[in-house]
Order: sequence, then structure tokens, then C-alpha cells
Amino acid sequence: MNFTRRKTLMTGATAFAAAMLPFGAYAALSDDAIAEFTGGAEVGSEGITLTAPEIAENGNTVPIEVEAPGAVSIMVLAAGNPNPDVGTFNFGPLAARQYASTRIRLAGTQDVIAVAKMQDGSFVQASTEVKVTIGGCGG
Amino acid sequence: MISRRDFLQVAMATTAIYGGAAFGTWSRAAAQQAMTQDDLLSFETTGNVTLIHITDIHAQLVPVWFREPEINLGVGAAEGQPPHLTGKEFLQRYGIETGSAAQYALSYPDFTALARSYGRMGGADRIATIVKSIRAERPDALLLDGGDTWQGSLTALRTDGRDMVEVFNALGTDAMTSHWEFTLGIDRVTEIVENELNFPFLGANIFDAEWNEPAYEPYVIFERGGARIAVIGQAFPYMPIANPGYMFPDLSFGVRDERMAEVVREARDEGADAVVLLSHNGFDVDRKMAARVPGIDVILTGHTHDALPEPLLVGKTHLIASGSHGKFVSRLDLDVRDGEVKAVRHKLIPVFSDVIAADPEMTALVEAQRGPFKGELSEVIGRTESLLYRRGNFNGTWDDLICDALLQEREADIALSPGFRWGASVLPGQDITREDIFNATAMTYPEAYRTEMTGEQLHIIMEDVADNLFHPDPYYQQGGDMVRVGGMGYRIDIGRPAGSRISEMTMLSTGEAVEPSRTYVVAGWASVNPEVEGPPIWDVVESYVAREGTVSISPNQNVQVVTG
Repeated sequence: MNFTRRKTLMTGATAFAAAMLPFGAYAALSDDAIAEFTGGAEVGSEGITLTAPEIAENGNTVPIEVEAPGAVSIMVLAAGNPNPDVGTFNFGPLAARQYASTRIRLAGTQDVIAVAKMQDGSFVQASTEVKVTIGGCGG
Repeated sequence: MISRRDFLQVAMATTAIYGGAAFGTWSRAAAQQAMTQDDLLSFETTGNVTLIHITDIHAQLVPVWFREPEINLGVGAAEGQPPHLTGKEFLQRYGIETGSAAQYALSYPDFTALARSYGRMGGADRIATIVKSIRAERPDALLLDGGDTWQGSLTALRTDGRDMVEVFNALGTDAMTSHWEFTLGIDRVTEIVENELNFPFLGANIFDAEWNEPAYEPYVIFERGGARIAVIGQAFPYMPIANPGYMFPDLSFGVRDERMAEVVREARDEGADAVVLLSHNGFDVDRKMAARVPGIDVILTGHTHDALPEPLLVGKTHLIASGSHGKFVSRLDLDVRDGEVKAVRHKLIPVFSDVIAADPEMTALVEAQRGPFKGELSEVIGRTESLLYRRGNFNGTWDDLICDALLQEREADIALSPGFRWGASVLPGQDITREDIFNATAMTYPEAYRTEMTGEQLHIIMEDVADNLFHPDPYYQQGGDMVRVGGMGYRIDIGRPAGSRISEMTMLSTGEAVEPSRTYVVAGWASVNPEVEGPPIWDVVESYVAREGTVSISPNQNVQVVTG
């Protein structure tokens, strides 16, 4: 077998596709968004469930689910994205369940945050870290 | 030197009764007896249900050498806890005598000398003898396979796992779960599951990626000894990340512990008296899952290749660790009554191939699988003066040999080799056969790429892999070991946060620091990305070994590890 330099470099950068952003670069933006949503009110942590994978299988489409029984609206933020705003789900009085699921794009490892506004005007919040990794080498 | 007649008794029987005795230690009283098959298999049949657990055999049909890790660092809650004890600490914890067969089977000190005394371990025909012996006492004993079964040898690669499927069907397996199985590609997995496998292929955490609906049976309920035993399967959670996702593009995995809780409830509602989780999570993930998901009686752990002589109890959940490469079979007897596990008796049975007789039917079946490849397997490529092994958090000698081959054959500055935990050892003075090379490299994405990376990209990769190993929360770990590096040394501080563990990256050829902006030629293999080009790694290694004739690998001093 004979491997020469001529046969090379065809593999390109596909070996590892590296893309990571510094952590926390955009965290201040999500703090601002939460302050705006809650009007600065105190935020509890009970009564809201946020489900997301610990490690994203594909950072471009990460499935998340959020449920907060009794909520009128739930705001979802990706704290590490250049634009952390994911969306806000509003629930009418006839909604059977205050539940939403969607897929979001994450620029790198970061916290996903959900803040729910309840019927009585109080707020609750949950957050979970989602790791976006280059992958490989497991096993 | 220890003679074969001094084989020590390796009994590892333990009993646990709720609210009662703790697990016993290995029997020291038995230390002076000669080891016989009867000793290894002796077991006081207990209760009404028997589980037999095999996991991570990595397609090793015949007995092998396999050295356990010297470095296996635990982080967070797992720091200093089993299975993260090695060497002297491990031997002390379990009361294992110096120079004993148990030391040889379960740890690394004096491995070469002890290996020459106690012989190879494993072999499907020895395992068959053990299974038959257990079923002679308890005919309906459940045989459960934790996965990583269809990958890891030349024959499994050439037959797309067919050899292993034949053998595990013949063993009378009752259920399995999976990891490397999916690297055969989804079409082959589907073909096996639908047409070839005689038993269920379970995975509660395998979902259709598009609709997020369960893709495989989550569990099966067995009626045994008047009790209903639910066996839930949990596949390796990070399948599409740690291995090539394009090979099974429509599947999604993940830890999904809320899903596990739901499945346990469903099984209990269906009348399960006991719940057994057949897991490929990895030990630390299972330990966390046991603490978070109520109602699991037993977790048969896998993936991380740990062998523990005693179960580890988390709340009411017994964690069993049965090793890898066919070295061990766990037997677990349960007394299941009134919807509860009342008592547990456990033994980690070491498969000493010179002590446990081969089952002739299984020997014939194994030979039939290997026959067509006999010439290819046995061809001598070279010889080693050093012990070749892989297992451990950082470079092993097999990895260093592979990295040397990549550097030389592919004319690279730096070599990267994946931190796999599979791969049989080769003793000093032995020939290196083609089978040996495949045992350390056989898989379906073997292309040895050659590319350019900047120092900064290399640092990002090293940090990323380090976090997959040393993240303090096990749910964020992938369970492999650190990427092996050739041509470059570095320092790793495992306790630091992600992105700041790796420093002092240094080119070994010049002693110069790796510069972030400079471009280096990097050779590696086992990329998880599609359309990677290059010769298969086994050809690269074979070409190098053939040219060298005899290889000698000195212990790797190029990774400086900082703990605590």
C-alpha cells in the first residue's frame, strides 16, 4: 500500500465540522427579554416543565417541549443564540392543555429557557442546558 | 511466576436482602483452592427468577486477552466511586488478593505476567457452557444481551453481523438492546430484526426522528416462576452524535428519562412484578437514571465496559456491570413475590477459557462462522515486543501504534484516533495477525482521512471530546474515552469547565507550541461525517506493521493529566 501526498486533502474538512461560539456571549439579551416579558416581577420555578435533549443530535433542529398548566402564555428563549427569541405561545381560555412543542436552532451549547405567565399574573421559569457537540469518538 | 495449578478460586457470590445484609466481598477464604469449572459456576439457586447478562462482547467469538483500564477517572458525583476505581484502589475495595485470578480478570497490574498464567478469557463456546449449566438448574433463566454484539471483528464486518446473530440465536437469547448494531446501517438492522433475530430487539429511547414516535418495542414481559418480569431495553443514547447519524437518518435517541419513567409505569400497570432495565446507557448514566426514575429493580448496565464483582445499590435499584469482550457472564437470581423483589443473589462469572470447558455444539457453530475467513484471520503481519491494549481514558499502546501508522503512512503532523473502548489486547512477544488488527479497528466507517486543521480547530476538537468524557453531569457524557493523539502532547485539567481543560498543546517533533493560527496536516479515522475519503484504517496499520516487522511501543508520556 502506498499513500502519497497526491492522494490527499480530498477528505477536506469533513472529518470534523467544528463550529462553536463562546459561551454566554448573548446571555444579556435573554435577560432583557425576560425582564420585558415579566415586567420585572419575581419568577418562580414550580409548575413548568421544559423537555429538551441533553445533547442535540442536530443543532439545526432541536426538539423541545414545554408545558405549564394554567399558563396564558409561554415564552421560549435560546440564551446563546445571537437572537435569543424563539417564540411566545399564547393559550386561550378554551385551550385543553397549556403545552407546546417545536424545533429550534441552536448556535452552540447553551441554556434553553421557558418563562410562563400564569392566569393570576405570576411568572414561572425553567431552563435546561443543551449541548451542541462536534460528535464522534463514542464507544 | 504463578503456575496454572495455583489457579485461585474466584467466587463472587453476593446476597442482598432488602433491609438486611450488605453485599459481601469476594471470598478470601477460597483463595488457596485450585480453580475449577465447578467453582466458577457454583451458585446457590435462589428465588424464582434467574437473569443471565452478557454485554459488549464486540463480536469476539473466541477467547481473547483484554487488559482492563489503568486510568478511568470519574467526575462529579462519580469521582472516586465504582466503576472509577482502578489498580490498587480497585483491588482493595473488593478484597482481591495480589496475583490472583481475580486481579488478572478485573484490573491491570501485572497484566502480562498474569495473562501468561491464567490464559485468555471469553469465547462463545465457554459462554454456552455457562448458560447451559445455569439453565440446567433454572431452565427458564432469561439470557439478556446488552448490545455492542454485532461489531468488532473481521468476521462480523465481513458478514454484516450475521455470525453474531447466529451465535446469539443459538445461545437462546431472550432479548437485546443496541449501540454499534446501528453502524451496520438501518437497512441491515431492519433485515436482522425482522428476519434473522429469534428474540426481541428492544429500545425504549429509539424514536422516529420526524414524528417523534417510538420506533422499536420498548419492553417485553416474561412469565417466570409465577412472576411477571418486564425487561425494558435502552439503546445507547448518543447514537447519531457519537456514531454516523447518516447510517440511520430517520432515528432519534437520547437519554429521555421522562420516557423511561412512563415505560416503567406502563409495565407496572400491565402487572409487572419486577422491572429489569437492559441498558446501553453507560454506568454513570444508569446510576443517575436509577436515582431519578422510580420502580426499576435491576439495571443490567453496558456500554462503559465496567466489570464489578458486586452489584451497586442505588436506592432500591441493583446496578450490575458485566464487563466486555466475553470476559464475564453475570448471573442474578431474584426472589420475586407480591410485585416486589424480595432477595437478590449475584455472581460475576469470569470466563477463564482454560478452566471452563468449551461446549462442542457452539465450538462447531463458531468454527462454521470463522471457516470462510480462516486464512485471512491467521495471517501474520508482524510481531510486538510490547503489550498492545486500548482501554483507558487516554492513549493505550494499541492507539499509539495506530497513531504511529497514521503519521507515517499518511505523512501527517498529527494523528487522531477515536477513544473507543473495544479492542482485544496482544501480549509482548506475540505475532500480530490480521485478526488482531481487525479486533482493534473493524467497523463500517474506517476511512483514514488526511486533512488540514488549524491549531485552533484542533483545540476545539480536543475540548469537545474532553467535555463528552468529563462533563460533571453524566447525562452530558457520551461514554467513550479521550481522543487519542499522535505527534502532539497536551495537558488536560479534567475538573475545569468546558472549553478550558486542554492546554500546552505541543508538537512532539519540535517541542514547539501548537499555534492557533497555523495549519497542520492531520490524519485520523472513524469520522462520523459522510463522504470521508481514505483507505480503511486496517490497511494503514497493516502496511505500517508489515514494514516495521517488529513493533515496540513505550508507555505514552505525552498527556499530562491534572485531576481534582
